Amino acid sequence: MLPFLGKRLLQLVPTLFFVSVIIFGLQQLLPGDPALAMAGEERDPAVLEQIRKQYRLDQPIYLQYAYWVGGVLCGDLGESMRLKEPVLTLIAQKFPVTLQLALMAIVISLLIGVTAGVISAVKKDTSIDYAVNLVALWGISTPNFWLGIMLIFLFAVNLGWLPASGYVSPFEDFWLSLQTTILPAFVLGNSFAAVLMRHTRSAMLQAMGSDYVRTARAKGLAERIVVLKHAMRNALTPVITLGALELGTLLSGAVLTEQVFSIPGFGKLIVDSVFNRDYAVVQGVTLITATTYILLNLLADIAYVLVNPRLRS
Amino acid sequence: MAVSDALLSVELRDESPGARAWRRLLKRKSAVLGLVIIVLLVVLAIFAPLIAPFDPTQQTWTAVRKPPSLQHWFGTDESGRDLLSRVIFGARASLLAGVVSVSIALGLGVPIGLLAGYGGKLTDMLISRITDAMLACPFLILAIALAAFLGPSLQNAMIAIGVTATPIFVRLTRGQVMAVKVEDYVEAARAVGNPPVRIAVKHILPNILPALIVQATISIATAVIAEASLSFLGLGQQPPAPSWGSMLNTAQRFLTNAPWMAIWPGLAIFLAVLSFNILGDGLRDALDPKER
Repeated sequence: MLPFLGKRLLQLVPTLFFVSVIIFGLQQLLPGDPALAMAGEERDPAVLEQIRKQYRLDQPIYLQYAYWVGGVLCGDLGESMRLKEPVLTLIAQKFPVTLQLALMAIVISLLIGVTAGVISAVKKDTSIDYAVNLVALWGISTPNFWLGIMLIFLFAVNLGWLPASGYVSPFEDFWLSLQTTILPAFVLGNSFAAVLMRHTRSAMLQAMGSDYVRTARAKGLAERIVVLKHAMRNALTPVITLGALELGTLLSGAVLTEQVFSIPGFGKLIVDSVFNRDYAVVQGVTLITATTYILLNLLADIAYVLVNPRLRS
Repeated sequence: MAVSDALLSVELRDESPGARAWRRLLKRKSAVLGLVIIVLLVVLAIFAPLIAPFDPTQQTWTAVRKPPSLQHWFGTDESGRDLLSRVIFGARASLLAGVVSVSIALGLGVPIGLLAGYGGKLTDMLISRITDAMLACPFLILAIALAAFLGPSLQNAMIAIGVTATPIFVRLTRGQVMAVKVEDYVEAARAVGNPPVRIAVKHILPNILPALIVQATISIATAVIAEASLSFLGLGQQPPAPSWGSMLNTAQRFLTNAPWMAIWPGLAIFLAVLSFNILGDGLRDALDPKER
């Protein structure tokens, strides 16, 4: 296990290096003088000079990168030009909100996706199977921001059951928090549930056709035990690792969901920063999301090795 | 009977791979449905000025937020513009974004993937690590960041989506090249003295084309959603030009008294994405050599 872990950690170094180069390189895409673009409406030469100094725009590009990456390694992602606060502080404030949303979305999608996938595999080639597949196709093809708008229309505007927007922390009021996050979490988890359903179905079909399931049936075990205890336990291993990987993708999907439901999370931070030309925040959020995704990837690999005894040796 | 079977089998054996894939695709009802919807959307997009009943940017202040009627089938928006005409013209932005961004991704990704798969070890390692790094940045966040730095416009949104989708094609091409380059016909092409570029383009590329076609079709679906997302956020098509994403953004503000404004553009995105997805699934089966 240790050599595997060491090898995987070593592989992270070049990936993280190139991620940092790509995200730093974004700044070079700014048309014209970057200082002018960063200053927005401001045209005061003194302010422009200060921006050039602060971001070392007057230095060669490799030195600019070295200073930037040096700062990142010490936890300094720069300062928000609009909010005049360190980017890391802003991210630390917003991250728990998005994390809550993403975790709820994962729970919802696991419940829907795995259950539907197992039922679909067990009832293969029946009308239930076709219906589940249609729902999955619908889930994959529906843009989550449109689904969000439609659900707001149904549950908030028409029925008045849930609030249309806003966010309350679970530490302030648990039930109100649940009410404000259940719709966005469902919207966020919708397409993931569909992906999960397809993976569970194919993993279950493979497991149901394997020798150990045939043996379990030959022993006279009840079909429920064969499906739940023998086939599902083995089929779910790759599905669980997929879940860990998807947490990163959900962070991306949260951008739109948070925008639709006006949730003050990570996604809304990046969109607000884009429109306020707060480039340090855009870079910081992209970097943190990519790093989170890479670390989740690593955790998924480790989990895969841990649950699969054949890979441990 | 036996003679006709034999004739059929000879006919099938002489069939070109393209014709065989087309025949198999036509057997899949859902894929054909997807293809028909796509063709309809393309026709709508190309002939939009002839088909749309109104000018999509023409504001009519006496017909603000009118529900669907005989005159305005889909209703009107907050400026009295005909929603049906805007949905029809919106197909242009979405389909253009889908095709152009995937063409950018193919144009960059395939040559880089070929280089990684067929070049030296060092080139492969370098390209693979950069690809890993790009794939580590979540698709939409990287596209938003790119569009933000390039500036909001449909053209920049297409570039952002295309560049963000590139690593998928690099990885796919590289993987396919790795599998194909050990085949006998590649060895034979090398043995007769073909230069590496010729082997890559003339012998490897045609054999990895099916996988690329399937991925490109599915990627168009992703690109259509991505363009709609960027336009929804205000980073894609700029008003007053119609785009399904930006129409949804506006519709959100009038959900209480004009819900039809949100229904049609959303349905249009859903239909376009669904069609490319089911066509992609059908193509995957039709082009799968194991299905022969």
